[in-house]
Amino acid sequence: MSEQDKQMLKVIVFQIKDEEYTIPVEQVGSIERIMPITRVPGTKPFVKGVLNLRGVVTPIIDLRERFEIESTDNTEQTRIITVTIQGLNVGLIVDAANDVLDLDESTIEPPPEVIGTVEAEYIQGVAKLDQRLLILLNLEKVLSKEDVHLLNKVHV
Amino acid sequence: MEINQYLEVFIDESKEHLQAINDHLLVLEKNPQDITIVNEIFRSAHTLKGMSATMGYQDLSNLTHKMENVLDAVRNEKVSVDENILDVVFDSVDDLEAMVIDIAEGGTGERNVEKVVHLLQSIENGELPTTSTIPHEEPIDAHNMASNELQIDEFTSAVLEQSSEQGQNNFRVEVALREDCLLKAARVYMVFEILEQCGEVIHSQPTVEQLENEEFETSFTVLLITGESAEEIQNRINKVSEIDHVQAGVFEAPSRLETGREAETESAEQTAITKTETKADMQKQNSGEKETKQVANKTIRINIDRLDVLMNLFEELVIDRGRLEQISNELKHSELQETVERMTRISGDLQSIILNMRMVPVEQVFNRFPRMVRQLSRDLNKKIDLSVVGAETELDRTVIDEIGDPLVHLLRNALDHGIESPDVRESKGKSPTGKLELKAYHSGNHVFIEISDDGGGINRDKVEQKAIANNVVTEEQAYNMTDSQVFELIMESGFSTADIISDVSGRGVGLDVVKNTIESLGGNISIDSVPGEGSVFSIQLPLTLSIISVMLVEVQKEKYAVPLSSIIETAIVKKEEIMHAHNKKVIDFRGKVVPLVFLKDILEVPETLEEDDYYSVVIVRKGDKMAALVVNSFIGQQEVVLKSLGDYLSGVFAISGATILGDGQVALILDSNALIK
Repeated sequence: MSEQDKQMLKVIVFQIKDEEYTIPVEQVGSIERIMPITRVPGTKPFVKGVLNLRGVVTPIIDLRERFEIESTDNTEQTRIITVTIQGLNVGLIVDAANDVLDLDESTIEPPPEVIGTVEAEYIQGVAKLDQRLLILLNLEKVLSKEDVHLLNKVHV
Repeated sequence: MEINQYLEVFIDESKEHLQAINDHLLVLEKNPQDITIVNEIFRSAHTLKGMSATMGYQDLSNLTHKMENVLDAVRNEKVSVDENILDVVFDSVDDLEAMVIDIAEGGTGERNVEKVVHLLQSIENGELPTTSTIPHEEPIDAHNMASNELQIDEFTSAVLEQSSEQGQNNFRVEVALREDCLLKAARVYMVFEILEQCGEVIHSQPTVEQLENEEFETSFTVLLITGESAEEIQNRINKVSEIDHVQAGVFEAPSRLETGREAETESAEQTAITKTETKADMQKQNSGEKETKQVANKTIRINIDRLDVLMNLFEELVIDRGRLEQISNELKHSELQETVERMTRISGDLQSIILNMRMVPVEQVFNRFPRMVRQLSRDLNKKIDLSVVGAETELDRTVIDEIGDPLVHLLRNALDHGIESPDVRESKGKSPTGKLELKAYHSGNHVFIEISDDGGGINRDKVEQKAIANNVVTEEQAYNMTDSQVFELIMESGFSTADIISDVSGRGVGLDVVKNTIESLGGNISIDSVPGEGSVFSIQLPLTLSIISVMLVEVQKEKYAVPLSSIIETAIVKKEEIMHAHNKKVIDFRGKVVPLVFLKDILEVPETLEEDDYYSVVIVRKGDKMAALVVNSFIGQQEVVLKSLGDYLSGVFAISGATILGDGQVALILDSNALIK
């Protein structure tokens, strides 16, 4: 019976560089192949721009740049994961979307002080699954609105 | 409740009918003799009554019924139209409106209307001092209903005619029960049993319902179509006990015209909807030739949200269409190309239809103004002649919804402070009746709404003084301003304080709100005024908020859209023509010095193209200021659907939104206002 009492968390697993990250499946709208993105001037480099997602203009964030991981060219595996957080609809560029998993919440541990190159504030916790280490993202932090715009605006 | 699904329709239609009543009443006021207008009003009132009764709003139905009675009296020339009556009817329309609004807001539509009902009642009874020449007839009560005159409606008389053509007998059977009869209803039932064995009862007076409820004295009359003889019937009925006497005689149907009149008087007294329904039918026949001039407007109501969904879906289609075009061009397959071309054409038409569906005539807003002006001019003791021009001009629904309040404000202003009182006007040598014109028209990509009056105009000096006193402008600034610039000061927020009202011919009350609302709609407002001759308030509005005309330009390899409304023109300038002023590059554009704005710098476009000897510029304006935006090439003019960048990227500098181009890509819309300092 104890098996059923376990709190299970369904997550989408995706890859950036060598790390595997997860976000809860409820927050995910869809997973798309890469599409032409329109650059929006005056925003931070990690804001790749906007794209047309079935008639809705959706902002796109490059998670590599967001996490300040060295950027690579898009590949066949590159995906855009659209997420909805607090009414915001945003697309995230990831290297690959791998898996959907059920995580046992008891296996989730608080984030260690330093994990790879990603700043700890985006990380909610880590989960070990067999030999894999999954990083649970705190999307609210990733998508904080404050630092989207560049401060030094050009004036005429 | 099942009723709920009809509630919206009911409210909409009620509002429409009330509006129609209002409109027609205003016309009637000008042509009090025209009975056809009364008929129109009656028809609306009647429908309203029926609807509200069906929906179970008794108060609404009752008041409408009372109003209908008065209208009926007018129609039958028992009462003639005069101001007193119109006032009362207008008042009752006000009450009805309040009730409908209450229902719309989730109320029950109940309202204390005793006073109005009383007034209506007294008009109906001819008690209110009117110029009525024909005394009002006594209402027909149960007593004299059973008297000799049988009132039948047109339908009944038609049946009677038909039956006599078929050789049947039409008998008028009068049955009197004995005074001491104990179970009148039971006797009536027995009598009817017999009558129905003999033939068909097509009419009874009092009605069957009243008979069953014993709401009659001792006698009643029925019309019977039968093959039997009168004697036979009499004999049969006489077999029922407690019958005093029975008389059956041949009934001669009165001529059609007479029947009509009688039936009208009768049914006007009836509350039963079924009865009045017949009357409405009859009315249609009576005024059949007038009916035809009212062209049936075949429309359905659509929730605006659904249109938005339709629009979004359509955009999807447009995007795929763009892809198909691309593919077919690459493949160069002629049949495919042909099909794609056809599809492009058809979807183009479809697009314009969808966009047009959101357009509604400005009439929807305008039609409430004549009534308002009437009331206001009465309150203010002024004579106003309001003319409305161009009510058929169409605007996007979203704009229509917003524009009503600012217009009310401006009209009130013109009435209250613009147009002088009759004696002042006469002393100035003007006609005592002030002219107020509300005009709408299309011009280019905009709709203009003008409110002009022939009142006292605005006194420039006073506005200037007040503006300086309120620190809205400095003395020097004021001196250099054009007249209309000064007039526009009255719409500044620092200006709308109460004590200015009397100083500056009163204008300035809350006009800043008007200005803000209009500007939030992407429009603007300007004032023109000649002292002593009147003022014109001119509002410029975009046709729609969701679709705008843009000029697509390329900045390096990126595409941007510049709203056409802010573009003056495009030009190609040689590099040599560029001058420098204060370290800034400027050009001479028709004698004016216009600064160049290099979009690729401002937008930080990654450079890819080599510069050539010419600059393509788009000259945009913001008020009186101009700027020349340097682009790489012009793509062309296009209608685009305005989309927001969303909350996440809101407030990006110089970008006011985005749009999706035919190829599915997003293009950003430049906010040229932000580019001009």
